[in-house]
Amino acid sequence: MALFGVFIVVPLLGAVALSFFRWNGLGAPRWAGGANWAQFARDPLARQALEVTAKVVVLSWVVQTPVSMGLGLFTAGRQRYRSAYAAVFVLPLLLSTAGIALMWEALLDPNFGGLTALSRSLNLGFLQQNWLGDPAITLYVLIALIAWQFIPFHTLLYQMGRRQIPGVLYEAAVLDGAGPVRLFWRVTLPQLRYTVVTSSTLIIVGSLTYFDIIYIMTDGGPGYTTRVLSLDMYQAAFQQDEFGYASVLAVVLGAIGVAVALALVRLSGFGSMASQQEGAA
Amino acid sequence: MSRTATPRRPVSSSRPGGAPAVPPGRRRLRIRPGRVLAFLLATAWLVVVIAPLYYMVLASFRSQGTYLTANPWLPTGGLTLSQYGTVFGAGLGRYLLNSVILTAVCIVVTVSLCLAAAYRIVRRSTRAAGASFRVLLLGLAIPIQAIIVPLYLLIYKMHLYDTLFALMLTMSAAAVPVSVLVMVSFVRDIPRELIGAVLVDGGGEWTVFRRLIVPLSVPVIATLSIYDGLNVWNNFILPLVLTQSSSVAVLPLGLTKLEGQYAINVPAVMAAVLLSVLPLVALFAVMRRQVMRSLGSVVMR
Repeated sequence: MALFGVFIVVPLLGAVALSFFRWNGLGAPRWAGGANWAQFARDPLARQALEVTAKVVVLSWVVQTPVSMGLGLFTAGRQRYRSAYAAVFVLPLLLSTAGIALMWEALLDPNFGGLTALSRSLNLGFLQQNWLGDPAITLYVLIALIAWQFIPFHTLLYQMGRRQIPGVLYEAAVLDGAGPVRLFWRVTLPQLRYTVVTSSTLIIVGSLTYFDIIYIMTDGGPGYTTRVLSLDMYQAAFQQDEFGYASVLAVVLGAIGVAVALALVRLSGFGSMASQQEGAA
Repeated sequence: MSRTATPRRPVSSSRPGGAPAVPPGRRRLRIRPGRVLAFLLATAWLVVVIAPLYYMVLASFRSQGTYLTANPWLPTGGLTLSQYGTVFGAGLGRYLLNSVILTAVCIVVTVSLCLAAAYRIVRRSTRAAGASFRVLLLGLAIPIQAIIVPLYLLIYKMHLYDTLFALMLTMSAAAVPVSVLVMVSFVRDIPRELIGAVLVDGGGEWTVFRRLIVPLSVPVIATLSIYDGLNVWNNFILPLVLTQSSSVAVLPLGLTKLEGQYAINVPAVMAAVLLSVLPLVALFAVMRRQVMRSLGSVVMR
């Protein structure tokens, strides 16, 4: 408990406090009042970082949710080959983000990369791209890689969710003449609603603060096209030594994260159920 | 909350309902277009997952020269094990050792502290316990990125910058909210009568904890060890911010250091990445079901 207090709660308060100081990490922090916040409001790069972050969040959700749900429902099936598939689908989860980033850097290298080699031997010209250097596509490449990394986890959630739906519900619906499509909309999806909320919350909050792959692979480039908010914060703090301004970004990041999480929990009515359980605590 | 999962409920083995609504034997032989489509799409994803991994494995067996000349998708044109030696020479062994130490310490610290905390929260329904539980819930929603700057300053002021100890403290702390939450929901389900029985027999709270709570909690301890361990093993931002020397670098950070050293020698980097996942692959091979269940059940409280 003390561990948590010292290393999570104290820094949290520290971030809020620091956002009102101007400090380069050396010497004493100087009181800056709202100057950092004013700087944030004016900074066009911060605005761009917000936009890029929003894009990452929205597209991550749009890509990851349907794919994970589809794969989750697929792997929940009892056929033997499907559990073999499931075992393979989990593999990316074992790799660290750094490992994933380095692997894809090798694959995407425009001169000697795996995709370039593939495009040569199969005559598929579109595989020959400057994947990580072309401002028009790099952000989407990164979003795809983030999806590659996290879809396995959400697949697992949907698989577990599907397996907990009582079979009776399906039997009853089939007796009423429901086909596969109707079964999905009327039984599977409503029964999976808590899974959807959990998974969506994790995707949204996770991609909001997403840092690792982007830092390793592009460091925000080309230009500022992939500089998300958390990267902006990292650079402000640890490359430009502007701890005060970085704290503003950190507070914004934390606030959006908590707000989104709470909103999702509220919206879905998940909160009321959770608090019933917590009442027992 | 426990509708979906608490770690010990035997759902994944008990198969509620079994296969979706199709009575076995009757419709099985009919080929349904939906099934075929699902199969094709899943197979496409299978390729998307496997192809890069296959590429990486193959590339790690190349020399720097043949990586550039041979077709990197075919196992022809000469393979070698030499890159694995190269990366060990470049300090990968050290990173590996650091990661193992860090992960082991974090698992032991988090799991034991959180189990004790969970037991306290469940047993003492005082206002303080309730309040601290609420603060922990808040901690779930706070991303580590939001507190990384003050965390760095704190560690720096404590003269712990660039030590493994700093990583042990911060990563254990970061794992606390989820771990306590999962453990509380587990410990709460242990029947009070059992605890009462031990107390009647003259045992103190410590005896209850040691003789009753710990043995009963083995499944949830296993679950959280896997979940927290995986997170610690793969965490990137904390080592990036809190350490700089190679002597304390853990694997994820070490990999990027190696990449800096061997920018042109892609096979060496691939070999390093593969070595860094090897322990996890081994774990996964031995206890796949447990790992998969752990990952899911922690989140789906």
